[in-house]
Amino acid sequence: MSDLTAMTLAEARDAVQAKKISSKELTGAFVKAIEAGRPLNAYITEAGEQAMLMADVSDRRIAKSEGGALEGLPLAIKDLFCTKGVRTTAASKILGNFVPPYESTVTQNLWDAGAVMLGKTNLDEFAMGSSNETSAFGPVFNPWRASNSNANLVPGGSSGGSSAAVAADLCLAATGTDTGGSIRQPAAVTGRVGLKPTYGRCSRFGIVAFASSLDQAGPMTKTVRDAAIMLKTMASVDAKDSTSVDVPVPDYEKLLEGGIKGLRVGIPKEYRIDGVPAEINALWTKGADWLKAQGAEIVEVSLPHTKYALPTYYIVAPAECSSNLARYDGVRFGHRASGARDITDLYEKSRGEGFGAEVQRRILIGTYVLSAGYYDAYYSRAQKLRTLIKRDFDQAFEKCDVLLTPTTPGPAFAVGAKTTDPLEMYLQDVFTVTVNLAGLPGISVPAGLTENGLPLGLQLIGKAFDEATLLRAAYAVETAADFKHSPAKWWNV
Amino acid sequence: MSVDKDTVRRIAKLARLAVPEARLEPMAGELNGIFQWVEMLGEVKVDGVPAMTSVVAQKLKWREDQVTDGGKADELMINAPDGTDHFFVVPKVVE
Repeated sequence: MSDLTAMTLAEARDAVQAKKISSKELTGAFVKAIEAGRPLNAYITEAGEQAMLMADVSDRRIAKSEGGALEGLPLAIKDLFCTKGVRTTAASKILGNFVPPYESTVTQNLWDAGAVMLGKTNLDEFAMGSSNETSAFGPVFNPWRASNSNANLVPGGSSGGSSAAVAADLCLAATGTDTGGSIRQPAAVTGRVGLKPTYGRCSRFGIVAFASSLDQAGPMTKTVRDAAIMLKTMASVDAKDSTSVDVPVPDYEKLLEGGIKGLRVGIPKEYRIDGVPAEINALWTKGADWLKAQGAEIVEVSLPHTKYALPTYYIVAPAECSSNLARYDGVRFGHRASGARDITDLYEKSRGEGFGAEVQRRILIGTYVLSAGYYDAYYSRAQKLRTLIKRDFDQAFEKCDVLLTPTTPGPAFAVGAKTTDPLEMYLQDVFTVTVNLAGLPGISVPAGLTENGLPLGLQLIGKAFDEATLLRAAYAVETAADFKHSPAKWWNV
Repeated sequence: MSVDKDTVRRIAKLARLAVPEARLEPMAGELNGIFQWVEMLGEVKVDGVPAMTSVVAQKLKWREDQVTDGGKADELMINAPDGTDHFFVVPKVVE
Protein backbone atom coordinates (compact mmCIF):
# COMPACT_ATOMS: atom_id res chain seq x y z
CA MET A 1 0.00 0.00 0.00
CA SER A 2 1.43 3.36 -1.05
CA ASP A 3 0.18 5.69 1.66
CA LEU A 4 -0.95 3.98 4.82
CA THR A 5 -2.22 7.24 6.29
CA ALA A 6 -4.80 7.69 3.52
CA MET A 7 -6.71 4.58 4.55
CA THR A 8 -10.08 4.74 6.25
CA LEU A 9 -10.42 3.29 9.73
CA ALA A 10 -12.35 0.30 8.32
CA GLU A 11 -9.69 -0.37 5.66
CA ALA A 12 -6.89 -0.15 8.20
CA ARG A 13 -8.75 -2.41 10.61
CA ASP A 14 -9.24 -5.06 7.92
CA ALA A 15 -5.59 -4.80 6.79
CA VAL A 16 -4.26 -5.08 10.36
CA GLN A 17 -6.54 -7.96 11.25
CA ALA A 18 -5.60 -9.79 8.04
CA LYS A 19 -1.94 -9.17 9.03
CA LYS A 20 -1.25 -7.42 5.72
CA ILE A 21 0.27 -4.56 7.72
CA SER A 22 1.42 -4.35 11.30
CA SER A 23 0.23 -1.75 13.78
CA LYS A 24 3.86 -0.60 14.09
CA GLU A 25 4.09 0.10 10.35
CA LEU A 26 0.78 1.92 10.43
CA THR A 27 1.52 3.89 13.61
CA GLY A 28 5.02 4.76 12.37
CA ALA A 29 3.54 6.23 9.19
CA PHE A 30 1.24 8.45 11.25
CA VAL A 31 4.02 9.55 13.62
CA LYS A 32 5.96 10.73 10.55
CA ALA A 33 2.91 12.43 9.05
CA ILE A 34 2.27 14.25 12.33
CA GLU A 35 5.85 15.58 12.37
CA ALA A 36 5.49 16.80 8.79
CA GLY A 37 2.08 18.25 9.64
CA ARG A 38 3.31 20.49 12.48
CA PRO A 39 2.67 23.68 10.47
CA LEU A 40 -1.07 22.92 10.90
CA ASN A 41 -0.72 23.01 14.72
CA ALA A 42 -3.32 20.25 14.99
CA TYR A 43 -1.71 18.56 18.00
CA ILE A 44 -0.98 20.19 21.35
CA THR A 45 0.83 17.10 22.62
CA GLU A 46 2.35 14.44 20.37
CA ALA A 47 2.73 11.01 21.92
CA GLY A 48 4.76 9.26 19.23
CA GLU A 49 6.96 7.18 21.56
CA GLN A 50 4.05 5.96 23.63
CA ALA A 51 2.12 5.24 20.41
CA MET A 52 4.90 2.97 19.14
CA LEU A 53 4.85 1.06 22.45
CA MET A 54 1.08 0.65 22.26
CA ALA A 55 1.42 -0.51 18.62
CA ASP A 56 3.98 -3.10 19.68
CA VAL A 57 1.61 -4.48 22.31
CA SER A 58 -1.18 -4.58 19.69
CA ASP A 59 0.98 -6.48 17.21
CA ARG A 60 1.67 -9.13 19.87
CA ARG A 61 -2.03 -9.48 20.60
CA ILE A 62 -2.86 -9.76 16.91
CA ALA A 63 -0.18 -12.44 16.50
CA LYS A 64 -2.01 -14.42 19.18
CA SER A 65 -5.40 -13.58 17.58
CA GLU A 66 -6.44 -11.74 20.74
CA GLY A 67 -7.10 -8.32 19.19
CA GLY A 68 -10.02 -6.05 20.12
CA ALA A 69 -12.38 -4.18 17.76
CA LEU A 70 -9.88 -1.35 17.22
CA GLU A 71 -6.68 -3.31 17.77
CA GLY A 72 -3.59 -1.44 16.62
CA LEU A 73 -5.48 1.49 15.08
CA PRO A 74 -3.92 4.94 15.73
CA LEU A 75 -6.32 7.65 16.86
CA ALA A 76 -6.13 11.31 17.88
CA ILE A 77 -7.78 12.48 21.11
CA LYS A 78 -9.18 15.95 21.62
CA ASP A 79 -7.22 17.54 24.45
CA LEU A 80 -10.36 17.80 26.56
CA PHE A 81 -10.35 14.07 27.41
CA CYS A 82 -8.26 13.29 30.48
CA THR A 83 -5.55 10.76 29.66
CA LYS A 84 -3.69 9.20 32.54
CA GLY A 85 -0.07 10.36 32.64
CA VAL A 86 -0.42 12.44 29.46
CA ARG A 87 -0.79 16.21 29.80
CA THR A 88 -4.38 17.41 29.30
CA THR A 89 -4.74 21.16 28.77
CA ALA A 90 -8.25 21.97 27.45
CA ALA A 91 -6.15 24.42 25.37
CA SER A 92 -6.07 26.72 28.41
CA LYS A 93 -3.18 28.32 30.22
CA ILE A 94 -4.95 27.52 33.47
CA LEU A 95 -4.51 23.77 32.82
CA GLY A 96 -1.28 24.13 30.84
CA ASN A 97 0.70 21.61 32.91
CA PHE A 98 -2.10 19.39 34.17
CA VAL A 99 -1.29 15.67 34.06
CA PRO A 100 -4.39 13.66 34.99
CA PRO A 101 -3.93 10.75 37.38
CA TYR A 102 -7.00 9.11 35.79
CA GLU A 103 -8.44 8.24 32.37
CA SER A 104 -11.72 9.38 30.81
CA THR A 105 -14.23 6.59 30.25
CA VAL A 106 -14.47 7.19 26.50
CA THR A 107 -10.70 6.94 25.98
CA GLN A 108 -10.49 3.96 28.34
CA ASN A 109 -13.10 2.22 26.15
CA LEU A 110 -10.92 2.93 23.09
CA TRP A 111 -7.73 1.59 24.70
CA ASP A 112 -9.60 -1.47 25.99
CA ALA A 113 -10.56 -2.18 22.36
CA GLY A 114 -6.87 -2.00 21.40
CA ALA A 115 -6.65 1.49 19.87
CA VAL A 116 -3.33 3.38 19.83
CA MET A 117 -3.08 7.02 20.98
CA LEU A 118 -1.11 9.33 18.67
CA GLY A 119 -1.53 12.45 20.78
CA LYS A 120 -3.82 15.19 22.02
CA THR A 121 -5.38 17.57 19.53
CA ASN A 122 -5.84 21.32 19.71
CA LEU A 123 -9.19 22.98 20.40
CA ASP A 124 -10.79 26.26 21.38
CA GLU A 125 -10.03 27.02 25.02
CA PHE A 126 -12.38 24.85 27.14
CA ALA A 127 -14.19 24.06 23.85
CA MET A 128 -15.55 27.62 23.70
CA GLY A 129 -15.34 28.78 20.13
CA SER A 130 -16.10 27.84 16.53
CA SER A 131 -12.73 28.40 14.86
CA ASN A 132 -10.03 27.02 17.18
CA GLU A 133 -8.71 30.58 17.51
CA THR A 134 -9.30 30.89 21.27
CA SER A 135 -6.72 28.17 22.03
CA ALA A 136 -3.88 29.21 24.34
CA PHE A 137 -1.68 27.05 22.09
CA GLY A 138 -2.33 29.04 18.92
CA PRO A 139 -4.76 28.60 16.05
CA VAL A 140 -5.02 25.45 13.91
CA PHE A 141 -4.93 25.85 10.16
CA ASN A 142 -7.46 24.08 7.97
CA PRO A 143 -5.71 21.65 5.57
CA TRP A 144 -8.06 23.02 2.90
CA ARG A 145 -7.38 26.26 1.06
CA ALA A 146 -9.60 28.00 -1.46
CA SER A 147 -8.65 27.26 -5.07
CA ASN A 148 -7.96 30.94 -5.70
CA SER A 149 -5.98 31.78 -2.55
CA ASN A 150 -3.15 30.71 -0.25
CA ALA A 151 -4.76 32.31 2.79
CA ASN A 152 -4.95 30.16 5.91
CA LEU A 153 -8.47 29.17 6.87
CA VAL A 154 -9.85 28.02 10.22
CA PRO A 155 -10.63 24.30 10.71
CA GLY A 156 -13.84 25.06 12.60
CA GLY A 157 -14.20 24.55 16.31
CA SER A 158 -14.10 23.76 18.97
CA SER A 159 -12.74 20.37 17.83
CA GLY A 160 -10.49 22.07 15.24
CA GLY A 161 -7.34 20.07 15.93
CA SER A 162 -9.30 16.84 15.52
CA SER A 163 -10.99 17.97 12.29
CA ALA A 164 -7.67 19.12 10.81
CA ALA A 165 -5.93 15.90 11.89
CA VAL A 166 -8.60 13.72 10.24
CA ALA A 167 -8.68 15.76 7.01
CA ALA A 168 -4.87 15.94 6.75
CA ASP A 169 -4.40 12.19 7.38
CA LEU A 170 -2.64 12.80 10.71
CA CYS A 171 -4.75 10.03 12.32
CA LEU A 172 -7.22 7.35 11.22
CA ALA A 173 -10.00 8.95 13.27
CA ALA A 174 -10.35 11.30 16.22
CA THR A 175 -12.54 12.01 19.21
CA GLY A 176 -14.34 15.30 19.58
CA THR A 177 -16.87 16.86 21.92
CA ASP A 178 -19.95 18.82 20.91
CA THR A 179 -21.71 21.36 23.14
CA GLY A 180 -23.25 23.57 20.43
CA GLY A 181 -21.83 22.15 17.20
CA SER A 182 -18.18 21.53 18.08
CA ILE A 183 -17.98 18.18 16.28
CA ARG A 184 -20.31 18.77 13.34
CA GLN A 185 -19.22 22.29 12.30
CA PRO A 186 -15.46 21.49 12.16
CA ALA A 187 -16.18 18.20 10.35
CA ALA A 188 -18.27 20.10 7.78
CA VAL A 189 -15.66 22.75 7.01
CA THR A 190 -12.90 20.13 6.64
CA GLY A 191 -14.89 17.79 4.39
CA ARG A 192 -15.15 14.91 6.85
CA VAL A 193 -17.74 13.15 9.02
CA GLY A 194 -18.63 14.26 12.57
CA LEU A 195 -21.20 12.59 14.83
CA LYS A 196 -22.70 14.01 18.01
CA PRO A 197 -24.50 11.16 19.75
CA THR A 198 -27.61 11.46 21.91
CA TYR A 199 -26.98 13.12 25.29
CA GLY A 200 -26.18 10.22 27.62
CA ARG A 201 -24.92 7.85 24.92
CA CYS A 202 -21.23 8.33 25.81
CA SER A 203 -19.99 8.86 29.35
CA ARG A 204 -18.80 12.36 30.19
CA PHE A 205 -16.55 11.10 32.99
CA GLY A 206 -13.05 12.50 32.61
CA ILE A 207 -13.97 15.02 29.93
CA VAL A 208 -13.14 18.56 31.07
CA ALA A 209 -16.62 20.03 31.63
CA PHE A 210 -17.93 23.09 29.81
CA ALA A 211 -21.76 22.93 29.91
CA SER A 212 -22.70 19.64 31.49
CA SER A 213 -26.30 19.44 30.22
CA LEU A 214 -25.12 19.92 26.62
CA ASP A 215 -21.63 18.34 26.35
CA GLN A 216 -21.39 15.03 24.52
CA ALA A 217 -18.41 13.14 23.09
CA GLY A 218 -18.43 11.70 19.59
CA PRO A 219 -16.28 10.51 16.69
CA MET A 220 -14.73 12.53 13.84
CA THR A 221 -13.89 10.30 10.92
CA LYS A 222 -13.25 9.99 7.20
CA THR A 223 -16.42 8.02 6.48
CA VAL A 224 -19.83 7.24 7.95
CA ARG A 225 -18.79 3.61 8.38
CA ASP A 226 -15.80 4.75 10.46
CA ALA A 227 -18.13 6.84 12.65
CA ALA A 228 -20.29 3.74 13.21
CA ILE A 229 -17.23 1.72 14.21
CA MET A 230 -15.96 4.41 16.60
CA LEU A 231 -19.33 5.03 18.27
CA LYS A 232 -19.79 1.33 19.01
CA THR A 233 -16.65 1.42 21.17
CA MET A 234 -16.99 4.95 22.60
CA ALA A 235 -20.56 4.48 23.84
CA SER A 236 -21.20 2.85 27.21
CA VAL A 237 -23.24 3.19 30.35
CA ASP A 238 -20.96 4.31 33.17
CA ALA A 239 -21.42 4.32 36.93
CA LYS A 240 -19.10 7.36 37.04
CA ASP A 241 -21.56 9.49 34.99
CA SER A 242 -25.08 9.53 36.38
CA THR A 243 -26.36 11.01 33.10
CA SER A 244 -25.04 8.16 30.96
CA VAL A 245 -28.04 6.13 29.90
CA ASP A 246 -28.44 2.37 30.03
CA VAL A 247 -29.64 1.68 26.50
CA PRO A 248 -28.07 -1.21 24.57
CA VAL A 249 -25.35 -0.21 22.08
CA PRO A 250 -26.12 -1.94 18.77
CA ASP A 251 -23.56 -2.91 16.13
CA TYR A 252 -24.02 0.29 14.13
CA GLU A 253 -21.75 -0.88 11.31
CA LYS A 254 -23.89 -3.95 10.60
CA LEU A 255 -26.99 -1.76 10.40
CA LEU A 256 -25.52 0.73 7.89
CA GLU A 257 -26.54 -0.84 4.64
CA GLY A 258 -30.23 -1.55 5.23
CA GLY A 259 -31.24 1.12 2.72
CA ILE A 260 -33.64 3.99 3.28
CA LYS A 261 -36.71 2.85 1.35
CA GLY A 262 -39.74 4.40 3.04
CA LEU A 263 -37.64 6.48 5.47
CA ARG A 264 -39.40 9.77 6.19
CA VAL A 265 -36.97 12.70 5.93
CA GLY A 266 -38.14 16.00 7.42
CA ILE A 267 -37.08 19.35 5.96
CA PRO A 268 -37.53 22.04 8.62
CA LYS A 269 -38.62 25.21 6.86
CA GLU A 270 -37.20 27.49 9.58
CA TYR A 271 -33.67 26.44 8.58
CA ARG A 272 -33.94 28.50 5.39
CA ILE A 273 -32.57 31.71 6.85
CA ASP A 274 -31.55 35.09 5.48
CA GLY A 275 -27.94 35.72 4.59
CA VAL A 276 -27.02 32.11 3.92
CA PRO A 277 -25.23 31.72 0.55
CA ALA A 278 -27.32 30.25 -2.27
CA GLU A 279 -24.92 27.33 -2.71
CA ILE A 280 -25.71 26.12 0.82
CA ASN A 281 -29.44 26.00 0.11
CA ALA A 282 -28.82 24.44 -3.31
CA LEU A 283 -26.79 21.66 -1.70
CA TRP A 284 -29.55 21.11 0.84
CA THR A 285 -32.10 20.64 -1.97
CA LYS A 286 -29.70 18.29 -3.72
CA GLY A 287 -29.37 16.25 -0.50
CA ALA A 288 -33.14 15.84 -0.30
CA ASP A 289 -33.19 14.73 -3.96
CA TRP A 290 -30.47 12.13 -3.27
CA LEU A 291 -32.50 10.62 -0.44
CA LYS A 292 -35.72 10.71 -2.46
CA ALA A 293 -33.98 8.90 -5.34
CA GLN A 294 -33.11 6.10 -2.88
CA GLY A 295 -36.71 5.64 -1.82
CA ALA A 296 -37.07 8.10 1.08
CA GLU A 297 -40.17 10.20 1.50
CA ILE A 298 -39.51 13.94 1.89
CA VAL A 299 -41.84 15.81 4.25
CA GLU A 300 -41.85 19.47 5.19
CA VAL A 301 -41.86 20.03 8.96
CA SER A 302 -41.82 23.05 11.23
CA LEU A 303 -39.57 23.82 14.18
CA PRO A 304 -41.10 27.17 15.15
CA HIS A 305 -38.68 28.10 17.96
CA THR A 306 -35.52 27.64 15.89
CA LYS A 307 -34.54 31.30 15.92
CA TYR A 308 -34.53 31.35 19.73
CA ALA A 309 -32.09 28.46 20.01
CA LEU A 310 -28.84 30.45 19.81
CA PRO A 311 -29.82 33.12 22.36
CA THR A 312 -31.15 30.36 24.63
CA TYR A 313 -27.82 28.56 24.27
CA TYR A 314 -25.89 31.72 25.14
CA ILE A 315 -27.67 31.83 28.49
CA VAL A 316 -27.66 28.13 29.37
CA ALA A 317 -24.09 27.33 28.26
CA PRO A 318 -22.37 30.31 29.98
CA ALA A 319 -24.42 29.68 33.15
CA GLU A 320 -23.17 26.11 33.32
CA CYS A 321 -19.69 27.23 32.29
CA SER A 322 -19.45 29.77 35.12
CA SER A 323 -20.41 27.06 37.58
CA ASN A 324 -18.13 24.34 36.15
CA LEU A 325 -15.11 26.63 35.83
CA ALA A 326 -15.37 27.76 39.44
CA ARG A 327 -13.12 24.81 40.29
CA TYR A 328 -10.06 26.48 38.73
CA ASP A 329 -8.79 28.37 41.72
CA GLY A 330 -5.01 28.02 41.55
CA VAL A 331 -4.93 25.90 44.71
CA ARG A 332 -5.23 22.20 43.91
CA PHE A 333 -4.07 22.08 40.30
CA GLY A 334 -3.45 24.36 37.36
CA HIS A 335 -1.99 27.84 37.04
CA ARG A 336 -1.33 29.84 40.21
CA ALA A 337 -0.54 33.55 40.11
CA SER A 338 2.44 34.73 42.12
CA GLY A 339 2.47 37.55 44.66
CA ALA A 340 -1.12 37.23 45.88
CA ARG A 341 -1.97 39.25 49.00
CA ASP A 342 -4.57 36.86 50.34
CA ILE A 343 -6.68 33.89 49.30
CA THR A 344 -9.28 35.92 47.37
CA ASP A 345 -6.54 37.78 45.56
CA LEU A 346 -4.98 34.40 44.71
CA TYR A 347 -8.25 33.16 43.17
CA GLU A 348 -8.87 36.35 41.23
CA LYS A 349 -5.35 36.72 39.89
CA SER A 350 -4.90 33.05 39.00
CA ARG A 351 -8.20 33.01 37.11
CA GLY A 352 -7.58 36.38 35.47
CA GLU A 353 -4.17 35.22 34.21
CA GLY A 354 -5.21 31.66 33.39
CA PHE A 355 -8.40 32.16 31.37
CA GLY A 356 -8.41 33.68 27.88
CA ALA A 357 -10.73 36.45 26.67
CA GLU A 358 -13.62 34.31 25.38
CA VAL A 359 -13.69 32.10 28.47
CA GLN A 360 -13.71 35.19 30.72
CA ARG A 361 -16.55 36.67 28.71
CA ARG A 362 -18.63 33.51 29.14
CA ILE A 363 -17.88 33.23 32.86
CA LEU A 364 -19.11 36.82 33.28
CA ILE A 365 -22.26 36.24 31.20
CA GLY A 366 -22.99 33.11 33.21
CA THR A 367 -22.39 34.78 36.55
CA TYR A 368 -24.68 37.65 35.54
CA VAL A 369 -27.61 35.51 34.36
CA LEU A 370 -27.45 33.43 37.53
CA SER A 371 -27.10 36.40 39.89
CA ALA A 372 -29.84 37.59 42.23
CA GLY A 373 -32.52 39.57 40.40
CA TYR A 374 -31.67 38.29 36.94
CA TYR A 375 -32.13 34.54 37.35
CA ASP A 376 -35.83 34.56 36.39
CA ALA A 377 -35.45 37.00 33.50
CA TYR A 378 -32.61 35.07 31.91
CA TYR A 379 -31.79 31.59 33.14
CA SER A 380 -35.27 30.46 34.09
CA ARG A 381 -36.73 31.82 30.83
CA ALA A 382 -34.00 30.12 28.80
CA GLN A 383 -34.76 26.77 30.45
CA LYS A 384 -38.42 27.19 29.45
CA LEU A 385 -37.39 28.02 25.90
CA ARG A 386 -35.37 24.85 25.93
CA THR A 387 -38.52 22.88 26.73
CA LEU A 388 -40.27 24.53 23.76
CA ILE A 389 -37.34 23.79 21.43
CA LYS A 390 -37.36 20.13 22.44
CA ARG A 391 -41.14 20.03 22.04
CA ASP A 392 -40.73 21.27 18.45
CA PHE A 393 -38.54 18.27 17.70
CA ASP A 394 -40.89 15.83 19.44
CA GLN A 395 -43.73 17.09 17.24
CA ALA A 396 -41.64 17.00 14.05
CA PHE A 397 -40.60 13.41 14.77
CA GLU A 398 -44.24 12.37 14.73
CA LYS A 399 -44.10 13.07 10.99
CA CYS A 400 -40.59 11.94 10.11
CA ASP A 401 -37.71 9.65 11.15
CA VAL A 402 -34.76 11.96 10.52
CA LEU A 403 -34.29 15.63 9.65
CA LEU A 404 -32.03 16.99 6.90
CA THR A 405 -30.47 20.47 7.18
CA PRO A 406 -27.27 22.28 6.24
CA THR A 407 -24.51 21.94 8.88
CA THR A 408 -23.03 25.44 8.68
CA PRO A 409 -24.08 28.82 7.26
CA GLY A 410 -20.90 28.90 5.13
CA PRO A 411 -17.58 27.23 4.33
CA ALA A 412 -14.32 27.65 6.29
CA PHE A 413 -13.39 31.32 6.74
CA ALA A 414 -10.05 33.08 7.02
CA VAL A 415 -8.10 33.10 10.27
CA GLY A 416 -8.95 36.36 12.06
CA ALA A 417 -12.06 37.07 9.97
CA LYS A 418 -14.59 36.73 12.79
CA THR A 419 -12.63 37.49 15.95
CA THR A 420 -13.79 41.10 16.53
CA ASP A 421 -17.50 40.54 17.09
CA PRO A 422 -18.38 37.56 19.34
CA LEU A 423 -21.92 37.43 17.90
CA GLU A 424 -20.63 36.83 14.40
CA MET A 425 -18.69 33.80 15.64
CA TYR A 426 -21.67 32.50 17.61
CA LEU A 427 -23.78 32.43 14.42
CA GLN A 428 -21.57 29.61 13.09
CA ASP A 429 -23.64 27.25 15.25
CA VAL A 430 -27.07 28.42 14.07
CA PHE A 431 -27.95 25.02 12.50
CA THR A 432 -26.27 22.77 15.04
CA VAL A 433 -27.09 24.25 18.46
CA THR A 434 -30.77 23.23 18.48
CA VAL A 435 -29.69 19.58 18.53
CA ASN A 436 -27.70 20.02 21.77
CA LEU A 437 -30.52 21.90 23.46
CA ALA A 438 -32.85 18.97 22.66
CA GLY A 439 -30.25 16.29 23.49
CA LEU A 440 -30.61 14.63 20.08
CA PRO A 441 -28.03 12.90 17.88
CA GLY A 442 -26.76 14.74 14.80
CA ILE A 443 -24.21 13.98 12.11
CA SER A 444 -22.47 16.04 9.44
CA VAL A 445 -21.60 14.36 6.15
CA PRO A 446 -19.40 15.97 3.46
CA ALA A 447 -21.70 16.65 0.51
CA GLY A 448 -20.03 19.01 -1.93
CA LEU A 449 -17.59 21.82 -2.67
CA THR A 450 -18.14 25.55 -3.03
CA GLU A 451 -17.26 27.34 -6.23
CA ASN A 452 -13.82 27.97 -4.66
CA GLY A 453 -13.28 24.31 -3.84
CA LEU A 454 -14.07 24.38 -0.12
CA PRO A 455 -16.05 21.55 1.48
CA LEU A 456 -19.63 21.86 2.72
CA GLY A 457 -21.57 19.44 4.88
CA LEU A 458 -25.16 18.34 5.29
CA GLN A 459 -26.53 17.60 8.73
CA LEU A 460 -28.92 14.81 9.63
CA ILE A 461 -30.70 14.87 12.99
CA GLY A 462 -32.16 11.71 14.55
CA LYS A 463 -34.48 10.65 17.32
CA ALA A 464 -32.95 10.15 20.76
CA PHE A 465 -30.89 6.93 20.90
CA ASP A 466 -31.68 6.11 17.28
CA GLU A 467 -28.13 6.59 16.01
CA ALA A 468 -28.61 3.42 13.91
CA THR A 469 -31.24 5.05 11.67
CA LEU A 470 -29.27 8.30 11.65
CA LEU A 471 -26.12 6.53 10.44
CA ARG A 472 -28.08 4.60 7.81
CA ALA A 473 -29.47 7.86 6.41
CA ALA A 474 -26.00 9.44 6.59
CA TYR A 475 -24.58 6.46 4.70
CA ALA A 476 -27.20 7.07 1.99
CA VAL A 477 -26.18 10.74 1.71
CA GLU A 478 -22.51 9.77 1.61
CA THR A 479 -23.09 7.18 -1.13
CA ALA A 480 -24.99 9.65 -3.30
CA ALA A 481 -22.63 12.57 -2.68
CA ASP A 482 -19.63 10.39 -3.56
CA PHE A 483 -17.35 13.02 -1.99
CA LYS A 484 -13.82 11.85 -2.80
CA HIS A 485 -12.00 15.15 -2.38
CA SER A 486 -8.97 15.66 -0.20
CA PRO A 487 -6.94 18.79 0.45
CA ALA A 488 -3.59 19.25 -1.32
CA LYS A 489 -0.87 18.60 1.26
CA TRP A 490 0.72 22.05 0.99
CA TRP A 491 2.49 21.63 4.33
CA ASN A 492 4.50 18.66 3.00
CA VAL A 493 7.32 20.62 1.38
CA MET B 1 -31.44 46.90 30.63
CA SER B 2 -27.82 47.60 30.10
CA VAL B 3 -24.61 46.55 31.78
CA ASP B 4 -22.22 49.31 32.85
CA LYS B 5 -18.67 49.37 34.08
CA ASP B 6 -19.67 49.01 37.72
CA THR B 7 -21.87 46.01 36.96
CA VAL B 8 -18.96 44.31 35.21
CA ARG B 9 -16.79 45.02 38.23
CA ARG B 10 -19.43 43.52 40.52
CA ILE B 11 -19.92 40.35 38.40
CA ALA B 12 -16.17 39.93 38.07
CA LYS B 13 -15.93 40.06 41.87
CA LEU B 14 -18.68 37.43 42.19
CA ALA B 15 -16.85 35.27 39.63
CA ARG B 16 -13.50 35.75 41.43
CA LEU B 17 -11.99 36.98 38.20
CA ALA B 18 -9.45 39.79 38.08
CA VAL B 19 -10.52 42.02 35.19
CA PRO B 20 -8.07 44.91 34.70
CA GLU B 21 -9.63 48.39 35.10
CA ALA B 22 -8.93 49.17 31.43
CA ARG B 23 -10.92 46.08 30.32
CA LEU B 24 -14.09 46.93 32.30
CA GLU B 25 -15.51 49.43 29.81
CA PRO B 26 -14.85 47.36 26.65
CA MET B 27 -16.20 44.25 28.42
CA ALA B 28 -19.40 46.13 29.30
CA GLY B 29 -19.79 46.92 25.58
CA GLU B 30 -19.28 43.29 24.57
CA LEU B 31 -21.72 42.01 27.17
CA ASN B 32 -24.33 44.57 26.18
CA GLY B 33 -24.12 43.44 22.57
CA ILE B 34 -24.84 39.89 23.68
CA PHE B 35 -27.59 40.79 26.16
CA GLN B 36 -29.37 43.00 23.61
CA TRP B 37 -29.44 40.06 21.20
CA VAL B 38 -30.70 37.72 23.92
CA GLU B 39 -33.56 40.15 24.66
CA MET B 40 -35.47 38.53 21.76
CA LEU B 41 -36.38 35.69 24.12
CA GLY B 42 -38.78 38.17 25.75
CA GLU B 43 -41.06 37.83 22.68
CA VAL B 44 -41.97 34.27 23.56
CA LYS B 45 -44.90 33.46 25.83
CA VAL B 46 -43.59 31.02 28.39
CA ASP B 47 -46.46 31.05 30.92
CA GLY B 48 -47.16 27.51 32.04
CA VAL B 49 -44.13 26.07 30.24
CA PRO B 50 -42.07 23.92 32.60
CA ALA B 51 -38.33 24.68 32.77
CA MET B 52 -36.17 21.97 31.24
CA THR B 53 -34.50 19.84 33.86
CA SER B 54 -33.25 16.95 31.72
CA VAL B 55 -33.29 16.28 27.97
CA VAL B 56 -33.44 12.55 28.56
CA ALA B 57 -36.32 11.12 30.55
CA GLN B 58 -34.67 8.91 33.14
CA LYS B 59 -34.83 8.20 36.81
CA LEU B 60 -31.94 9.30 38.97
CA LYS B 61 -29.63 6.40 39.53
CA TRP B 62 -29.16 4.89 42.94
CA ARG B 63 -26.17 3.06 44.27
CA GLU B 64 -25.01 1.56 47.51
CA ASP B 65 -23.58 4.15 49.90
CA GLN B 66 -20.12 2.64 49.84
CA VAL B 67 -16.58 3.91 49.38
CA THR B 68 -15.52 2.88 45.87
CA ASP B 69 -12.26 4.76 45.53
CA GLY B 70 -9.75 6.64 47.64
CA GLY B 71 -6.45 6.47 49.47
CA LYS B 72 -4.76 8.43 46.68
CA ALA B 73 -3.34 11.42 48.51
CA ASP B 74 -0.02 11.17 46.64
CA GLU B 75 -1.74 11.25 43.26
CA LEU B 76 -3.93 14.16 44.32
CA MET B 77 -0.86 16.25 45.09
CA ILE B 78 0.86 15.63 41.72
CA ASN B 79 -0.68 18.70 40.11
CA ALA B 80 -0.66 21.01 43.13
CA PRO B 81 1.04 24.33 42.29
CA ASP B 82 2.28 24.51 45.90
CA GLY B 83 2.05 21.72 48.42
CA THR B 84 3.86 20.07 51.25
CA ASP B 85 3.30 16.51 52.46
CA HIS B 86 -0.41 16.04 51.82
CA PHE B 87 -1.38 19.70 52.24
CA PHE B 88 -2.12 22.40 49.67
CA VAL B 89 -0.30 25.60 50.59
CA VAL B 90 -2.33 28.84 50.39
CA PRO B 91 -1.77 32.41 51.60
CA LYS B 92 -2.57 32.97 55.26
CA VAL B 93 -6.36 32.90 55.74
CA VAL B 94 -6.78 33.55 59.47
CA GLU B 95 -4.88 36.39 61.07
